[in-house]
Amino acid sequence: MTDGPAPVLAAELIRWSWVGDHLDDIRGYLFQHVELTGLALLFGIVLAFPLALAAVRWPRLYGPILAFTGVLFTIPSLALFILLIPFTGLSIRTALIGLTIYTLLILVRNMVEGLRGVDRDVREAAQAMGFSATRQLFQVELPLALPVIMAGVRIATVTTIGLVTITALIGWGGLGRLFIDGFTLDFTTPIVVGIVLSAALAFAADLLLVAVQRQLTPWARSRRG
Amino acid sequence: MSPEERGRQLISFESVTKRFPGGTTAVDDVDLEVPEGDLTVLVGPSGCGKTTSLRMINRMIEATSGRIVVDGRDISQVDPPQLRRRIGYVIQQVGLFPHRSIGENIATVPHLVGWDSQRIRDRVGELLELVGLPAEVRDRYPHQLSGGQRQRVGVARALAVDPPIMLMDEPFGAVDPIVRSRLQDEFLRLQQEVRKTIVFVTHDIDEAIKMGDRIAIFRQGGHLEQYAPPDELLAEPASDFVADFLGAERGLKRLALIPVSAVKAESGPVVTPDDPGQRAVAAAEAYGSDWVVVVDADRRLLGWVHAGEAAERGRVGDAEVRPFQLQVLAADSLRAALNAMVQSRTGVAVRVSDGDRYEGIVTMELLSKEIS
Repeated sequence: MTDGPAPVLAAELIRWSWVGDHLDDIRGYLFQHVELTGLALLFGIVLAFPLALAAVRWPRLYGPILAFTGVLFTIPSLALFILLIPFTGLSIRTALIGLTIYTLLILVRNMVEGLRGVDRDVREAAQAMGFSATRQLFQVELPLALPVIMAGVRIATVTTIGLVTITALIGWGGLGRLFIDGFTLDFTTPIVVGIVLSAALAFAADLLLVAVQRQLTPWARSRRG
Repeated sequence: MSPEERGRQLISFESVTKRFPGGTTAVDDVDLEVPEGDLTVLVGPSGCGKTTSLRMINRMIEATSGRIVVDGRDISQVDPPQLRRRIGYVIQQVGLFPHRSIGENIATVPHLVGWDSQRIRDRVGELLELVGLPAEVRDRYPHQLSGGQRQRVGVARALAVDPPIMLMDEPFGAVDPIVRSRLQDEFLRLQQEVRKTIVFVTHDIDEAIKMGDRIAIFRQGGHLEQYAPPDELLAEPASDFVADFLGAERGLKRLALIPVSAVKAESGPVVTPDDPGQRAVAAAEAYGSDWVVVVDADRRLLGWVHAGEAAERGRVGDAEVRPFQLQVLAADSLRAALNAMVQSRTGVAVRVSDGDRYEGIVTMELLSKEIS
């Protein structure tokens, strides 16, 4: 909680002394932001994977799965959190359920496209070499689908980092808390700090994911080298 | 040739039919026996069921009715991954795993069957050498290799656990004609060494004739029209369809299969440079030509001279000795002999030994006797 410094001149964008006084709070919000984003992505991936596998295995399911996750995606975020409150209250669960739901469309779609994009000849060769279906999935199809899947993970991550600021309204906002504080106090410094940090976080997360992807796909690296 | 002469049958189709959902019959009541150690080619126009037949052998496609027996076992009773690990598979697009290095690609089946890493490493090195690839490619990725190199890796991968059987689906179809011809030659040499039982699909009858110990010609609708060694097929096509498919140059194609040693070369009119010109005239007259072959005292081929010219000069060696531009060896094909004939003023092909020693002449009459 901020102690609420006195309202300041509108012209003053950032007061460094406030930043200095609230470093611990800011750090806490940042960690919470990372935590919410990370957990939402983790749950999203865990849920999207079986849905994507089902859609690849039974192509008829792909339409309904996409439509369902698409409908979820179009629910305005604020409305979704309000809808969830009667069931899960103002808990972290409410925030995570909402955030996870929004990752599903992007993750499922990219997983399905990635898996479908694996060259038919490569899949057939794997089958003909005597891979079992499971081994073929994990050793051939998933690694080859990884670039497309990772593209989805990156979009979902950046989107979620933005969405977490909204969960501040139910008390689990990470850096979003700084916006609320700023508005309620009519004080720009926390807002500016929140914007800069969440943008920096999104940027850093994206860079990290690119680095992870490069580590996981050495064969694609040598293409450029 | 009877089956007993060729060893046992490693793959048997017994009244095999494949109907796809929707009603098209891809393979229609096919009986086919593939002898151990032979390269059997399935050939025919597109939609004739050749690829479907191939893919039924490793259960990539399941037969609708009938039975396929591989190595004494009905394959419908064998777990498909287990079956496939004992059958090498090479396809036109190669299907190398783009995310795995060449070494890892080749090691695919050894890994699946659980070899230890030292054994795998040794085997990969051995296979690279066998297919003629430098050891450095082991750590490269498939996209860093040329089409011909990738095809060689595909063959090495299929041979990795030394499976008794190889299935090859238009394996050389995706490379340019020069590389294809080289890969075919290389593969035939390799096959001499490894003696696998191979089923090979192509739509190219020339490739079939070149590669096959036996050829199965399929017609649209999955009918097996004829199954015979190439020579027999070319000599006695069983139907108009087969004759058409073999093409108008059937006789020429057959000549390409028969070695020069299969016909008995004539001794021909032969003289040495020191012989008097009259001797050349007598030899030419006896043979019915106006030229004679000139050899030295060791019977090394020197060329030919006009008998009349030798008589005018008095001595064979004083006449102009013209070279035979093309000569054939016993192992060359009769087609090469025919080529030598049509390019020589004498109208015959001269057969020599490895050491350039004159062995006789092959004439058009001998050729037509052989193919008629």
